[in-house]
Amino acid sequence: MRREGSPFQGLSTVFVKELADHISSVRMLMLELLIVFTALAALYEAINSLRQNTAEDPFLLLRLFTIDQAPLPSFVAILGFLIPLMAIGLGFDAVNSEHNRRTLSRILAQPIYRDALLMGKFLAALATIGISLAALWLLVIGLGLIFLGVPPGGEEIARSLVFLVVAIFYAGVWLSLAMLLSIVFRSPATAALVSLGVWLFLSVLWPMLAPAIAQAVAPSDPRYALLGLNDPATAIWTQELLRLSPNDLFGEAMLAVLSPSTRTLGPVFLDQLHGAVMGAPLPFGESVMIAWPQTVGLVAGTIVLFASGYVLFQRQEVRA
Amino acid sequence: MSDQQNDARRTARDHVITARGLTRRYDKTVVVDSIDFDIARGEVFGLLGPNGAGKTTTILMMLGLTEISSGEVSVLSFNPAREPLKVKRRVGYLPDSVGFYDQLTATENLAYTAKLMGLPRAERVRRIEAALVRVGLADVASRRVATFSRGMRQRLGLAEIIVKRAEIAILDEPTSGLDPQATQEFLGLIGELKSEGITVLLSSHMLDQVQRICDRVALFQAGRIVLMGAVPELAVKVLGAGFVVEVEAEGLGIARRLAMIPGVTQVETLAADRFRMTAERDVRPDAARAVVAVDGSLRRLSVDEPSLEAIYARYFQVQPTGDVRHAA
Repeated sequence: MRREGSPFQGLSTVFVKELADHISSVRMLMLELLIVFTALAALYEAINSLRQNTAEDPFLLLRLFTIDQAPLPSFVAILGFLIPLMAIGLGFDAVNSEHNRRTLSRILAQPIYRDALLMGKFLAALATIGISLAALWLLVIGLGLIFLGVPPGGEEIARSLVFLVVAIFYAGVWLSLAMLLSIVFRSPATAALVSLGVWLFLSVLWPMLAPAIAQAVAPSDPRYALLGLNDPATAIWTQELLRLSPNDLFGEAMLAVLSPSTRTLGPVFLDQLHGAVMGAPLPFGESVMIAWPQTVGLVAGTIVLFASGYVLFQRQEVRA
Repeated sequence: MSDQQNDARRTARDHVITARGLTRRYDKTVVVDSIDFDIARGEVFGLLGPNGAGKTTTILMMLGLTEISSGEVSVLSFNPAREPLKVKRRVGYLPDSVGFYDQLTATENLAYTAKLMGLPRAERVRRIEAALVRVGLADVASRRVATFSRGMRQRLGLAEIIVKRAEIAILDEPTSGLDPQATQEFLGLIGELKSEGITVLLSSHMLDQVQRICDRVALFQAGRIVLMGAVPELAVKVLGAGFVVEVEAEGLGIARRLAMIPGVTQVETLAADRFRMTAERDVRPDAARAVVAVDGSLRRLSVDEPSLEAIYARYFQVQPTGDVRHAA
């Protein structure tokens, strides 16, 4: 039998309330300051280095995102590291704080379904991140205009907009993970620690572990080693394992979109390069096609994690 | 035939909540064990029992907030498991130690739930203002709830039910943890709801309060309703008599004399000069005569209303409980 009424009744109310809470919260302010200052430092270095190398690059604006000047990593790499932190910060206490404040049963006694509450919280947090990222994106373009003095071309804007969209989905993965943990663990501190643990594992430890595991699964042939080459089997395993981490998916997608000369994200055979003009930029559509599987992976991760949280939340007892 | 139809219609109108064989199991543990009850419109109905006896679970099943394992319950002739929105639109719920968003003001908190109820803006503002005046929180309407005392939070919770214009108000442990004055005020507010014709269902383990305001009570024990009815009825059923008379008098053999009065079932000697008699009728004149007959000096003669506390104590004394679960 179908249940009566719409599951989305009350969604917009929850959305507006949560959005207002996020935007006015001190927590959000701190996260934004952290990201803006780190990103500004990276941008400053990037602008300095670009000014010295005179602007012959046709994609000067995109270079702002990707250039790295030791000791600072590139702007995109910093975001790849910090977006999860922001998403976790907004999601780790989404449901358990309602339990602990004892507001959950009062809210659910209003004529809404649980769907609206969970969905509203998710969308509000995602919108908050979206707004911050859009502001950051405008900041980059604005600084680029001021300091480089070169107006960005249409394709550059398009590519950087793709960056914005993929970054929001990347945040979605971490947000739905944090919300899932906020449903599983009754204590916000536990949920925060576990999500931060997963984040550190996937962004710091996994890039080191994946090659080791690949080496164990597919030991490289000594003949390749003699020739000073990597065994393709091991390389493919390493890459497949790395792709389990959303950080890697985000990194690969950004590489394809923001560096137009990227032709492939995996190992290639020499005959596949036949007729290729090395170093020539790919058209926008082709770059997007290269980043497409990674983007789909991020969207799928968001959906799977959100759906598991949804199922758990529907079955959870409301009493504190 | 038409009589039966009339009868059925009348019952449907008069009983706002009907439960039949209502059961809730968690894995193997039965929390609510096949309970039946009917609650009439405009009645104040009390759910009593120790913590963990299944009161809150019963309430949550009525609101469709927890699954029903078997049996059925109908609230205002809707099935809360299938039509939760219709039920929740008409029923107000004040949870056990209710919480609010501390960073928002009283008005903002109510505005959020009023929006969830789907009230248009003008209506919302009007109702919230009126409700806050009624529960005596108008002065602090724009203060953050973080500064509120427990009593104020409870009243704010009641204001939410008033904003909703609920037909049934379900209050879970509404007075636990309140100081005596706050309790008095809160019970007064519940009385006002009743006088407006709102059906009030309230769970508590504070027996004297329940007795003061409830028309009927149901006594829960380990997931079952072991006793149900109006307090005087239960007194007769459990205490075996409706009247408890206390005599304070000095004299020889008064206790024996008192026990001989027809209708007296028991005489307890509380102190050398104080006796408590349990009787089927008001035996005060006979007691006075008995004291005078032994040439005693009568100092006090009082009749106790049958107390729920006595019923409760007696019931659990007579039927020692094996496994009363103590869960929150």
